[in-house]
Amino acid sequence: MDSGQLLLIAAAGMLAVAAIAQTATVGIVQVGDAVAFGSLVALGELLRITLPGNREAAPIAAGGALGYALLLTIGQQPAKQSALQVVVITVGGMIVGALPHLAAGRPAKLAGMASRLVAVACAAFVFRPLAPKAFMQAHSHWWIALAVMALLVVLAWFVDALFSALIRAEELRAKFSVALWDELRVQLPLGAAVGASALLLAFSSEVMGLAAVWVFTGPLLVSQVAFRRYVGIRTTYLETVRALSRMTEVGGYVEGGHSRRVSRLAVAVGRELGMSEPDLDELEYAALMHDIGQLSLRDPIPGGATVLVSAGDQRRIAELGADVIRQAGVLDQVADIVRRQCDPARGSAESPPVGSRIIRAANAFDDLVGNSADRDRAASALERLRLDTASEYDPGVVEALSKVVGRRSLSRA
Amino acid sequence: MRQLSWPARLYIVAVVLGGAYVIVSGPFTGIDWSIFVVLAALFWICESAPATLTPQRFSWTAGTSATLASVVLLGPVGAALVGTVTAIIVHRDRTLIQRIFNSGMYAVSAYAAGRAYLALGGHVGIPDHNSFPAMLGPFALAAVVHVVANNGLVGGLLLLFRSPDSPARRGLANTDFKLLLSDLGYAAFGLLIAALWKVVGPFSAILVVIPLFVARWAITQHAAQQQAYEATMAALCKAVETKDFYTRGHSERVSRGSSMLAREIGMRADRLEAITYAGMLHDVGKLGVPTKVLQKSGKLTEEEYAAIQLHPMRGLEIVREIGFLDEALAGIMHHHERIDGRGYPLGLAGDEIPEFARVIAVADAFDSMTSTRSYRGARKIDEAVAELRKWSGTQFDPALVDAFVTALQRDGWEQPAPVPPPDGGIDQVTAQDHDDPTAPLRVIESR
Repeated sequence: MDSGQLLLIAAAGMLAVAAIAQTATVGIVQVGDAVAFGSLVALGELLRITLPGNREAAPIAAGGALGYALLLTIGQQPAKQSALQVVVITVGGMIVGALPHLAAGRPAKLAGMASRLVAVACAAFVFRPLAPKAFMQAHSHWWIALAVMALLVVLAWFVDALFSALIRAEELRAKFSVALWDELRVQLPLGAAVGASALLLAFSSEVMGLAAVWVFTGPLLVSQVAFRRYVGIRTTYLETVRALSRMTEVGGYVEGGHSRRVSRLAVAVGRELGMSEPDLDELEYAALMHDIGQLSLRDPIPGGATVLVSAGDQRRIAELGADVIRQAGVLDQVADIVRRQCDPARGSAESPPVGSRIIRAANAFDDLVGNSADRDRAASALERLRLDTASEYDPGVVEALSKVVGRRSLSRA
Repeated sequence: MRQLSWPARLYIVAVVLGGAYVIVSGPFTGIDWSIFVVLAALFWICESAPATLTPQRFSWTAGTSATLASVVLLGPVGAALVGTVTAIIVHRDRTLIQRIFNSGMYAVSAYAAGRAYLALGGHVGIPDHNSFPAMLGPFALAAVVHVVANNGLVGGLLLLFRSPDSPARRGLANTDFKLLLSDLGYAAFGLLIAALWKVVGPFSAILVVIPLFVARWAITQHAAQQQAYEATMAALCKAVETKDFYTRGHSERVSRGSSMLAREIGMRADRLEAITYAGMLHDVGKLGVPTKVLQKSGKLTEEEYAAIQLHPMRGLEIVREIGFLDEALAGIMHHHERIDGRGYPLGLAGDEIPEFARVIAVADAFDSMTSTRSYRGARKIDEAVAELRKWSGTQFDPALVDAFVTALQRDGWEQPAPVPPPDGGIDQVTAQDHDDPTAPLRVIESR
């Protein structure tokens, strides 16, 4: 585990311990409400979903915990829980909800839980001291309370995204600014739904009492199902393209594992160059399918290494592949990257898209090195690419490639 | 309206008149018109932005929540009136008749929900903390009545719209259940709007719109991704076929035939989806067969025949990592097994052969026979059916052959256009087709 993750988990752990110690001495107020909201958090933690890009989210848990933090009145009673009690209830719910995951042998995903906890705590620490104030309780000025709550919901969303981006940037070695932007973009729809749900929950508890919590579970569950289906089809999509990219290998056109290796390398290089996630997705698809044009060839190229055939043949394969991809009608950018994968980086009127330049270098590297872990072979392949940076390969891409390759051999050694 | 049958027209008129009747007979007392305007606007926004669900082309809207909020806040007549605003929705996919029918339908189902709410002792007006939990029961009943009435009325129209045994009609039963459940979930938002009215007034509608639209976004994205996914898969399968002049379009047609047959035997929606994909991908393993074997016109050596027999395994090797139902994988692997046990790769017999594989086998052979091959022209549909019947019980599952013939008679079959002989360009020709039951591959007998 990376140091940033450990730090975050340690901080959240300390917060939890302090909150539990403090609450243990003063006791939990309004126990029934606390249990109801705690169970909502537990249910949400149990029903975590995976967002695009393998991110973990627990929207129901986040909405429940935020709703509890922002509670003003429940039934006729003013809500009296302290910020520390909110933290305790959230932690309790999270632990209960995570237990079944552990029992089923799935990882607990502590970092995600820690990041959610800290986000909720931020909102609670600002809001709980404000809650009993007269201007928050006045019914004629409900919009003041609403505005404060809305601000805090946005704050919590931002804090969660910030921590997730920090963890992700470290894990994937992406640039932090790019990672943060990606995180905010991916989390926006779900964040908006969670925020609005938290506000709805907090306000409707005032009239409905605890019934609000139960009424709320219905729509939240349904929305979550819709979201899960969306993420599911995206995953299957990528899996299918990954699987079908192996058609060229089974057909004997390229060496086994070539497409997968090139795509992994290309994405790593793209990330090194600070590409955003949507661009990386396209790059991954293009890299997986970059040799698909070979399927139209009568006989496989010996060894399948396109770096060794004539420029005209390379271009023809690229054109054929782009035609196949363009037929799908939805991947025109990907088709364009594939079509221009063998254009020299310089010299032509219009330089090829960065994706094409990356695939060109990654493909050449893999053709020369293959599955070998030999460091000398990798070094000489990189040297060969560097010699060609005057016209063929993009120097920036080759530099990024050598960084990625260098890191990889370090981790292997 | 011209293409509608008489019963369908009568049905539409009856529903619209029913809606008009409940509204005209009133009473309008007790309807707070400022609340009415907000809820009608909310309903209008929800209904104007439907999310299209694939593959049934149903569309989904979040209007349920506005209707149920108006049941509580305005009463049955007010709720029925809110339902009529769908008539003034401008949407490119909806004709005037559809809009008028929708108005009538929403008016009737909202009114029914309102009566149900009152019948269980629900109180019309802005609820306060004394209303809970007493109003939960009446509200739940109202939600159920509304969802059932709404879907029942639409379902009734669909039944009249299409021919009595159309597959769509039988598909209705199993696809709509999930929609019903999700509608009930969104109905709960209606209660939240009503409950929040006391605290934040009309703003409650705005707060509710946000999660509703996020849900809509997810549903639309799912549909878009699914379409993109299917198109990409089809394009990649075509790439396999470009190599072979005569089999172009084979994957897509086998996919269509398999899903036609699967629907005929009443397969569940998720299995139906999986078999559509399995049909599409059934021959990707052919890539592992050397081109010269596929193009050989004389008898095959045993090694060459073995290479062809391996293609289902090769296909499995390629698609194994896709998160499909296991059944789809089994369908791809066993689509050349025969009922009498003389097929490949494992020589399974009878019920040992997975259902998916038996379905794909029928569609596969049928498309092969009805397409042009280098050694013969395309057969007519009845000739191919006769061949299917001839091999029924030895090569094919007899029950499935019968079902396929029934499905063919109803839905028809679009045969590929006759293929002229290649002009000797880059196109390549297979001299034999391993899928053709009328011209089995000839293998040199050893010794």
